[in-house]
Amino acid sequence: MLIKQLSVFLENKSGRLNEVLDILGRADIRIIAATVADTSEYGILRLITTDTAAAYMELKNNQVSAQQSDVVAITCDSSAADFAAKISCFAREGLSVEYMYCFSVGDKAFLILRTSDNARVPELVSRYGLQTITEHDLSLL
Amino acid sequence: MGRDEMSDLQGKRLHKLVELVYHNVPFYREKMQALDLSPEDIRSIEDIRKLPFTTKQDLRDNYPVGLQAAAQSEIVRIHASSGTTGNPTVVGYTRRDLEIWSESAARAFTAYGVTRDDVFSVGYGYGLFTGGLGAHYGVEYVGATVIPTSTGNTEKHLRLLRDLKVTGIACTPSYALYLAEAMEKRGMTADDISLRIGAFGAEPWTEKMRQEIESRLGLKAYNLYGLSEIIGPGVSYECECKNGSHISEDHFYPEIVDPETLEPLPYGTQGELVFTTLTKTGMPLIRYRTRDLCSLMDGKCGCGRTNVRMTRIIGRCDDMLIIRGINVFPSQVESVILEMPEFEPVYLMVVDRAGCLDTLQVQVEVRRDFISDELGEMLRLRKKLADRLKSVLSISADVKLMEPGSISRSEGKSVRVIDRRSLD
Repeated sequence: MLIKQLSVFLENKSGRLNEVLDILGRADIRIIAATVADTSEYGILRLITTDTAAAYMELKNNQVSAQQSDVVAITCDSSAADFAAKISCFAREGLSVEYMYCFSVGDKAFLILRTSDNARVPELVSRYGLQTITEHDLSLL
Repeated sequence: MGRDEMSDLQGKRLHKLVELVYHNVPFYREKMQALDLSPEDIRSIEDIRKLPFTTKQDLRDNYPVGLQAAAQSEIVRIHASSGTTGNPTVVGYTRRDLEIWSESAARAFTAYGVTRDDVFSVGYGYGLFTGGLGAHYGVEYVGATVIPTSTGNTEKHLRLLRDLKVTGIACTPSYALYLAEAMEKRGMTADDISLRIGAFGAEPWTEKMRQEIESRLGLKAYNLYGLSEIIGPGVSYECECKNGSHISEDHFYPEIVDPETLEPLPYGTQGELVFTTLTKTGMPLIRYRTRDLCSLMDGKCGCGRTNVRMTRIIGRCDDMLIIRGINVFPSQVESVILEMPEFEPVYLMVVDRAGCLDTLQVQVEVRRDFISDELGEMLRLRKKLADRLKSVLSISADVKLMEPGSISRSEGKSVRVIDRRSLD
């Protein structure tokens, strides 16, 4: 139900994002979704890839500090109303969304969420009948 | 006072001092006994060479009051400066010490030409730091009006300068430049204020800074030197000739020594400045090594004063930095970082001057296990370190989190400090 996300701490200097992506590129890793959050001094690159374990090892071997963490990917309709409906399920259960990024394919959208309490995600998913999606299914899109 | 007369006075005071510490400070008694010295062996000021030195480390080792010569009931004031590994340097003053301090500081303000008609704003920090209260007492002793403005509120400071027609200011030279800048931003010029005298110290400064401060604030800028271990501001001061700072050598006996061999050096030779407090009774110090490098000048000054002068401080013989008037040691930053498992044991301090104010950036590498994918978590980590640094250093540092391995490691002596401030 939860999927693995890779995050990389990046110093804010020109070319650093490129270096990290090059490492993954040489290892033939495919990126499903990516986002960069930044402050004035550093950024955090978050990635969903086709092979998180391989990507992690590759970065580690190249002295890049990467981490794996659990996020949940939910499918929804690409209308704002449906986005709101899905997010409201978390709020109603007292879970906050720490960060989120999404992408859409046609009229289908995929929300990747990091909540304040991953342990409660399965229960919530079944209570509200949310549709989750795995890395494997994402890679087949 | 002629040289012979001064030496005679110094010799008598030194003998009394040695008797005082021999009987009241075990640290000095043991050191003297180890050298087979008794107070009777110290009769003239030349005999000072027989006496042992005192270092900052000795102060730390005897924390908090091990070097105090007076009974606690005689101590009326305590000041403290930041310590490198957590132990601050604590200095107790007797009532007599405070009088000596006020008088020494008053000599400085008198040399600058301050009279009872002046209105003086003291912009040094008041508190454990000796700058604020030391300058305050000096100005008050002369009989001028003191405004204890302290640090921090530039807006109000400018307003007071203008509205109260303030004629004198005591602060760090970098704060003086900052004030000038703030004043100019508000469209004010030196003509809108009445400043005529500035007493600047607590950090090294240059002739170029002097010229800039003088032209932008429309005043005459003088050096005010002191250190809390000895007494505070007022140990030495410039006169109208601005040719070296006159040392109140009847209270604070200066020597210049070779920092390696500890051999006394003649006038005109650069070395480490060493002071003996001839008259203090709270925490007197014998041959205290200041780590400040300069040389001494003898001979009568153009102003008529005959006391010995010291040149500008040209550097330090340890790694101490003076940032915004506060003493900062890289070892302090190191000890904070080593205590936090979140960081690799490497760091880089970058000291710069933004406009007129000193800035300190501390770059640290976050350990892999503590890197979070949440910005909030990283910001909390940054704040945690910034807060700890602030409490140990007494000044705020801008913390920059770096990737592991990104701070260069070098073999041998690694570079831990980059000081970009120019002091020419």
